[in-house]
This record gives sequence, structure tokens and C-alpha cells, in this order.
Amino acid sequence: MSIRLENIGKHFGDTRALEPVNLDIHEGELVGLLGPSGSGKTTLLRIIAGLENPDRTGTRTPARILFGQRDVTHVHVRDRRIGFVFQHYALFRHMSVFDNVAFGLTVMPKRSRPSRSEIRARVFRLLEMVKLEHLAERYPAQLSGGQQQRVSLARALAVEPDVLLLDEPFGALDAKVRQDLRRWLRHLHEELNFTSVFVTHDQEEALELSDRVVVMSDGRIEQIDTPETLYRAPQNRFVFEFLGDVNHLEGQVHDGVLTCGDARLAVDLPDGAEDLLLRPHEVCLAEQAEADCHLPVTVTAVSPVGAEVRVELEADWLASPWLATVRHADFERLELHRGRRLFAHPRQWHRFADEKADFLKPHAA
Amino acid sequence: MSFQAIRLPRRFSGSTRVLPGFGLSMGISVLFISLVLLLPMVGLFGQLAHLSLAEYWAIITDPRVVASYTTTIGAAGVAALINAVFGLLLAWVLVRYEFSGKRLVDALMDLPFALPTAVAGITLATLYAKSGWAGGLLDFFGIKVAYTWVGIALAMAFTSIPFVVRTVQPVLEDMPAEIDEAAVSLGASDGVAFRRVILPHLWPALVTGTGLAFVRSLGEFGAVIFIAGNAPYETEITALMIFVKLQEYDFAGASAIASVVLFVSLALLLAINIWQGRFVRRLHGGKG
Repeated sequence: MSIRLENIGKHFGDTRALEPVNLDIHEGELVGLLGPSGSGKTTLLRIIAGLENPDRTGTRTPARILFGQRDVTHVHVRDRRIGFVFQHYALFRHMSVFDNVAFGLTVMPKRSRPSRSEIRARVFRLLEMVKLEHLAERYPAQLSGGQQQRVSLARALAVEPDVLLLDEPFGALDAKVRQDLRRWLRHLHEELNFTSVFVTHDQEEALELSDRVVVMSDGRIEQIDTPETLYRAPQNRFVFEFLGDVNHLEGQVHDGVLTCGDARLAVDLPDGAEDLLLRPHEVCLAEQAEADCHLPVTVTAVSPVGAEVRVELEADWLASPWLATVRHADFERLELHRGRRLFAHPRQWHRFADEKADFLKPHAA
Repeated sequence: MSFQAIRLPRRFSGSTRVLPGFGLSMGISVLFISLVLLLPMVGLFGQLAHLSLAEYWAIITDPRVVASYTTTIGAAGVAALINAVFGLLLAWVLVRYEFSGKRLVDALMDLPFALPTAVAGITLATLYAKSGWAGGLLDFFGIKVAYTWVGIALAMAFTSIPFVVRTVQPVLEDMPAEIDEAAVSLGASDGVAFRRVILPHLWPALVTGTGLAFVRSLGEFGAVIFIAGNAPYETEITALMIFVKLQEYDFAGASAIASVVLFVSLALLLAINIWQGRFVRRLHGGKG
């Protein structure tokens, strides 16, 4: 079931939580709402669910929420046919796992309610899917966090919802479990192909899980794109900075040279103040400076764990330290250790002048 | 330098406790419990020693006393049920909604605790007597409150309502709104969500609160005595029977009746505790 949001805004008292936004989610899509806390992502999700009502704007275009062709703007949450998974599971503690999952089926009106045996079969099919059939008689407090979240997911799926909404579903779990559940949810989504929206503040999670990511900040949608596009072609500075580690190079450009203390970099830019951005993997390290690039740095920390070596760099001309990732081969060649003095060479850099990506290579590199 | 070179001073040897003051605070607690709770109870049983078993049985099964049991338990039961319903409602309103004057209503809940019970009794009696305006109004419809068991139940309900409100309120505050939202998002109507999800959460607290209110009502004296009318076999409560015995300097008789009230109250409290323990264990992951 596709979801269409038109002109959805929200105020809590005088505080604006969400600027009027429009959003189209295709059938079968897994969409992540990504943003820092207070960006309005949870509010948007709760509005889709019907747990909050959008503002009734006085403008000519009223707020509308469509599930497929069905206008659900004024439909109560219980009749919207959604499944909602809460960050802290919200399981019914006094009911067994079986009763929790069966709840949505047993509260159906008598006419449409499946028979006892059918409910039983369906619940066990779901429990099998979340690999918890052996724990059907347990109570939620006897399960681990990851197991509880799987019960909560099975409970939401039991009523065969049109859309599945997840509010920071893995936020309360530890890193290892989160990784497992993430992969598992991805598989489940491929298998059942439900339309799904989830909220997260973890950019890695959003990029890994989603078909498309909606990046939000301060009650606004900043960019909607596939993870690849989002990472390679961010539309503005916020998206760029939010999606990974960022190094800043601030200085004055004069006659095609950016200067900052004793650091110099040849750039093809008009005169004026500039703030260039670099990803850690875009910083190269060398023992020698070059004619058009003189960025002296000192190594202050080295972390050789993982596929690449993470190096922290400091210098007088830097307001905050840089982070660079180098290959293990380079790490050995350069004999990196704390206190080593080197020169940084940007492989490429990014610049956001007027809210539009300006993607340039250093002209002599 | 090796780690073996470091040696901790053995000053704390013999005591494995980190928190200080266990001996002193525990000692004072036990002394206090003994003086304030246990000593009077021992005194009560000491009085009973003056009676033979047959005498004891005769006193506690005296028809007038038995009639007082019926009145007391009946009225206390009705009062407890009324409080269960309205106490839950009050706690619900105080926790779930925002309204002006909420703090005032919240503070008012403790009034029955703060007010001397005799003052409450006199107030209720004058209000609900035929001459009082509420009593007069009800009398017009043929309902008598003062000097009947209805009045007794009313006075008991008045003095014991805080027990229900104050036990349910914190549990309701701790219950995340998500639980409610989860039930509704799964298609439950408000009534079903309340009955199957919210009420079971509150159930232990509600039963405890109601049980405490009931036990409190069993022993209530000051508030009831003025409105009860105290007609023998009709509107005499057990606490009054004890008082009457004392007036006749029959300490043994008074103790005998008091011991019945004591046993019933203790048995009830114990039963509630055991039941609640089981229920709570299930919620917190034990086998249940």
C-alpha cells in the first residue's frame, strides 16, 4: 500500500514540531526517516500512524494522508490498519508471548474474528517467522530486549497491516543485537514486501536498511533519496555533515589560494571567506608538501582497528582536529605514530555556498 | 614494579558491608516496632489470658456482637467497592488529564487522612440528618442516610478513599502511554483496551488499595459513631462494641472482640500480600 502525505504540519502549543511537508512512499518500499532528536521524524511517523493529528491549516491546501486510494486523514488509529512497533516494545506484561501476538486478532469484532484454531495457527506461524515459537508461553519480562522487539514485531504483523511503522525499533538494543535484527528485518521485508516506514537517528542504520532515506532537521525535510545518492550527492551542508564524519578547512581565498595560518591550498574559487568540507577518506597523508598544497599536521591518535587505520590530526591552523582514514599499507609506509609530523593532501573537497552542492576537485591534483 | 607490591590496608576486615550504620539503624527499627506495634498486641493477648476458651467463645458469639460483625463487614464491603470504583476514577483523572485546579484536587485527596475522624463524623452526621440540608433533600425522596447502615458505609468510604487513590496513582503514572497506544493501534476499542490492557496493569494496586480501605473501614470508629445511630442489633459497629465493653471496665471482653477484628484484618492483609507477590513476580519475569 503506497502512502501519500500532503501538507502535513504539526505544532505543539506554540512550538513548531513539523513544517508542512509532502511525501510519497511507494508500495513495498522501506523508507527511513533520519534526523537528530527534535527534527520531527517521530512526530511525522506518529501522524502517519494516527497517534497524532496534523495541524488543521487555515491555508487553501488541507492536510491529507492517503493509504493507496484511501483517505485516512480523519480515520482513527484503530481503523487505519497500521502496525506500530515502539522503541521500548510496549508489550503487555501480564500476557504471555502468545497472547501478546494474538491480541490484535482477539479484539476483532465477532463477525470478522478468525476462529480459535485459526488464531492459534496464525500466531504460531508468526512466532516461527520471528523464531520464537519455543517461547510462546513465556512472559515478556523473561525475554531479552531483542526477543521482546521481535514479539512486538510479530504482534504488529498479526493483524496484516497495510503499512508497518517502526519508531526507533533498535534504539534500545546493544550493537550486536541491533546488527542482527537489522539484517533480519531486511530479509523479512524482502520476503513479505510490506510498505514500511521507520525512524532512526543512526545514519548507518538508515543507509543500510532503507530503499530511500528521508533526512530531516528542525521540522523540515532536507533531502529524500536513495542511500547512494544521499551519500555521494548531498543537497546541502546539513545532509553532508549528518551522514558521516566531516573535516573543515576554513580560511580566506586570495588570488586562487586559500590561506589559514601557515596552511595554504590552491583552489579555483573567487576571493572571500570559505569553509571547505572533506570526508576522512578524502584526506591523504604524505611526508612532503607540494607547491599548491601546504597543510602541515601532527598525528595525535592512531586507531589501527578495522579495514582502515583511523588517524586523528591536529595543527595550529585547525579549529578542531581532522580525522583521516588510511590504508594499512600506507600506515606502515609512513610509519604513523603519535607526534609524527606530516602533510595532508585533500583528494577532493566539497563546498556548500548557496544551499547547492558544489563538487570540485583541487585543480592541480 | 609489580602489582603484588600493592597491599590494601586490612582496616575493613571482618565487615563486608560498604554501607555504614546497619547495626544501629536496624537496632532502632526493631526497638521501635517492638514498642509501638508488638507491645500493645502482646498486651491484648495478655488480657485474653483472663478468659477461658468457653468464655471467650461466648463473648465473641454474643448475638449483639455477631449483629455488629454483619453491620461492620457489610458496610465496609460496600464502602470498599464504592472506593474501588471512584478511587480508580479519581486516580485516572488526576494522572491522565490536565486541568486547572488539578493540584488542589490532588491535595484534597489527603483530607480524610488529615481531618480528625471525629470532625468528619460530626460533619457527616449533621449534613445527612433529617434536619441537615442533604439529609432533608434525600428524606424528601424517602432515602434515609443518617442512623442507617448507608450512613455507616458513607462515613467509611469518606475516611478510606485515599488508600485507593494513593496506591493506584503511582502505578498509573508509571504505566507508559505506549501500552495504551499499542492496544489501540492493534484495533482494540477504548473499552477493550481498558479492560484487557490497562486494568490488568492496575489490578494489583487496585486490589491492594481496596483491601487496605476495607481493613481500615473495619476498625473505623470516630467517623462512623456519630452517623451510625448505634441502635443495638441494627446499626452498631464492632468498634463500638469494644468501646462499650471498655466503658463497663470489661477489659477482657473488649480484648476478646478486638482480637477478632485483629485476626480478620491480619488475615486479609496477609492474603493480599501473598496474592500480590505472585502477580508481581509474573510481571517481573519469575515463573508464575
